Amino acid sequence: MTAPTKLQVNGRAVTVAAEPDTPLLYVLRNDLALNGAKFGCGLGQCGACTVLVDGQPVRSCVTDLSAVAGRSVTTLEGLGTADNLHKLQRAFIAEQAAQCGYCIPGMIMEAKALLDRMPEPAEAEIRNALADHLCRCGTHNRIVAAVQRAVREG
Amino acid sequence: MRETLTRRGLGQAAAGLTLLFSLAPAGAQPRLPGSLQTNRRLDAWLRIEPGGVVTVCTGKVEIGQGAVTALLQIAAEELDVAPSRIRMVSGDTALTPDEGFTAGSQSMEQGGTALRFAAAEARAILLDLAAARLGAPAAALAVEDGSIRAPGGAATSYWEVAQAASFAREATGRVAPKPAAQHRIVGTSHPRLDIPAKVTGGAIYVQDMRPPGMLFGRVARPPSYEAKLLSVDLDAVRALPGVVAVVRDGRFLGVVAEREEQAVKARKALREAARWEVPAALPDPARLHESLRALRTDDSVPSEKRADAPPAVRRFQATYTKRYFAHASIGPSAALAVYAADGGSVQVWSHTQGPFPLQRDLVRVLGLPADKVRVSHAQNAGCYGHNGADDAALDAALLARAVPGRPVMLQWMRDDEFQWEPYNPAMEMRLTAGVAADGRIVDWGHEVWSNHHNNRPQNPREGSNLLASWHLERPHPPVYPRATPQPNGAGDRNAVPLYDFPNQRVVNHLIPEMPVRVSALRTLGAYANVFALESFLEEIAAALGEDPIAFRLRHLPDPRGRAVIEAAAKLAAEEPGDLPRGFGFAKYKNVAAYVACVAEVALDRATGAVRVPRVWAAVDAGQVITPDGLRNQIEGGIIQAVSWTVKEDVPFDPQGILAKDWNDYPILTFPEVPRIRTVLLNRPEAPPLGAGEASQAPVCAAIGNGLARALGRPLRALPYTADRVKAAMVG
Repeated sequence: MTAPTKLQVNGRAVTVAAEPDTPLLYVLRNDLALNGAKFGCGLGQCGACTVLVDGQPVRSCVTDLSAVAGRSVTTLEGLGTADNLHKLQRAFIAEQAAQCGYCIPGMIMEAKALLDRMPEPAEAEIRNALADHLCRCGTHNRIVAAVQRAVREG
Repeated sequence: MRETLTRRGLGQAAAGLTLLFSLAPAGAQPRLPGSLQTNRRLDAWLRIEPGGVVTVCTGKVEIGQGAVTALLQIAAEELDVAPSRIRMVSGDTALTPDEGFTAGSQSMEQGGTALRFAAAEARAILLDLAAARLGAPAAALAVEDGSIRAPGGAATSYWEVAQAASFAREATGRVAPKPAAQHRIVGTSHPRLDIPAKVTGGAIYVQDMRPPGMLFGRVARPPSYEAKLLSVDLDAVRALPGVVAVVRDGRFLGVVAEREEQAVKARKALREAARWEVPAALPDPARLHESLRALRTDDSVPSEKRADAPPAVRRFQATYTKRYFAHASIGPSAALAVYAADGGSVQVWSHTQGPFPLQRDLVRVLGLPADKVRVSHAQNAGCYGHNGADDAALDAALLARAVPGRPVMLQWMRDDEFQWEPYNPAMEMRLTAGVAADGRIVDWGHEVWSNHHNNRPQNPREGSNLLASWHLERPHPPVYPRATPQPNGAGDRNAVPLYDFPNQRVVNHLIPEMPVRVSALRTLGAYANVFALESFLEEIAAALGEDPIAFRLRHLPDPRGRAVIEAAAKLAAEEPGDLPRGFGFAKYKNVAAYVACVAEVALDRATGAVRVPRVWAAVDAGQVITPDGLRNQIEGGIIQAVSWTVKEDVPFDPQGILAKDWNDYPILTFPEVPRIRTVLLNRPEAPPLGAGEASQAPVCAAIGNGLARALGRPLRALPYTADRVKAAMVG
């Protein structure tokens, strides 16, 4: 076992004892018991595992633990809680923008990154930002509506 | 049912409860509504708990469509309690009624009807108890949120009057539920119970379970269905870091490790350590339909009508086909399993649609007594039918058996799901019609060739349809079901026209042998049959120079069907456009929701790519339980079916399935998703009808008819992927 890796997760300093090539996704889910990021493909294709690293969206299933040493990771849990929702979470609930919900954490994290760099995106810009995120239930239009609601209601 | 109830009784006892169950055969008793017929005890459905809580049990499960929320609304409505007081227990072989599968858009009809009558009867029982306590007639009592008030002001509550034995009896089904006009909770868009956890990272999916001491499992499947294992070196895999067990049973291979990434690495090593012989066992993909038609068929005639009619003066015929498409769930199948330390019992948490049928197959394959296998539902990504969920449950149990006392979390990798899930079958439909001099269709023929569409775990006697059971040293034979009778049907679902043709003959050529593994995917055969039927109808209308909507209406006496057709046409007409449009209509299974769709089709002539920018839909799902949930289902079904129709085609060659990831099997993306407008035609006094599968077939037919307008001729072979459309344009 190599030396433990130090990083920030949702504003908290954590030390993880795992191999440096461990996918960040497994560290978040298994070592830190964070449910938000999901395993969808393990190939960076579907977006279900998306988290922010220093504010940028990354696919945590293809991001090695060593690549985030000393950096700041934000997961869905870092945005808000059931008692203190982030505006995007509030908007997704208001629009009932989920069926199975498995892709939704990745959608919300990608939308967070979008709104951070573009506070008032047009609808087409929202669709393009989410183009590499897959949803199978067909909830796309509600997801777009939820992001628009978050923009509107701030 | 005797066997089921006995087993459930044992399961209850194992869970420490002491409820008694009627063991008499159901046939000897009065017919009860919905799933009450097969789960007749009131206390199987409802309990008044201390602290102002009501527990409601359902055998139906949440698969991302809001069924459990809708069932809660029904129970709250009939009981007159606030929805927040109800605790739902769902899909557990030790705790809930056996309602078979959550499938076929029947949760409201079966489970909802049962709960409606059970809750109405429970309320009446509680009011009788209150009447005795308050000294007032039950009919004079008022109930609000479980508080009961007599005319003089005396009050009590469900929680004061209920006793342990209050519901320890059979339902009679004789207490009438509320009329729709009195509904205050049913018919409103109650927020889904599961969404807050899903948007905040709450523990809600099976993968979120982390019991102490949990290990991680992975399976190493053969490279193809028929591959033979020549040799495998397990020792090298056992020596890898973190590996706790390597399992080989016949050609079933799997690993268990302390950490998930260790299990993934061990799986890779195990695959590399195995040598396989891979025979060419699948059809030539270029000759798929010929290959299937050459197989033996079990033929039946689900519908035949003969009546006097004017003679046909024009005859038409056409053949339509569709290829395989996949469930393609976003989350690969997963399960948590733990064997007792003595190896004598197992509990499995699974996202199965049928905890009870799965339990029965697990009992047989694992060789345990029936009361030693418990299946509990836990969610995963949407399944849309029979995906790998049940298979993963057996995989997890087989791996957990190697490490008794330690829970094993098993998740398939992406390629496991794409290569091994049972797809929606390839189909071929041959249609014929005769038209009389007055322009009416007087003779209709529809023949369909298909594998069975329901190969779920279900056989009560022998064999198994769980994937790993076929790969064990002592394999279980797969079970080939017989044709499912109409109106449900399977390959022949919706092959019987709703239109009124005086003479018709529908023939179902069921192909038992399945070279490619297939099973239930939303709509079963309805998607392709409606595509064929609605395309053929428009081809005939075009040949006769008739307006396609008027031509449909002329052959459709059903007033509710006519209303949705007219409503969809009107809705689309409000938003004109330049692109070609097509129309499609069906009443799902001829007994569930009516949907009519208009689809706008954009054809890129350079690439063959088909896009569907806008869809308009009209829906009659009977009484609407939750309008927002209904819209979500209809719109989701439209988007998924647009994806099937213009993007999806499972690639394979004679050696095996070639789909391993999302590059091999692309689905519709955000920029490609249509804008959708939906109008709901509510029928408050009509029974609620399932809607999760109602929109897929009509929208496919609408796209086909729109594309025919864009091309100037019909394209009768699905799917409309760019390469296939391009080839058809050139050819």
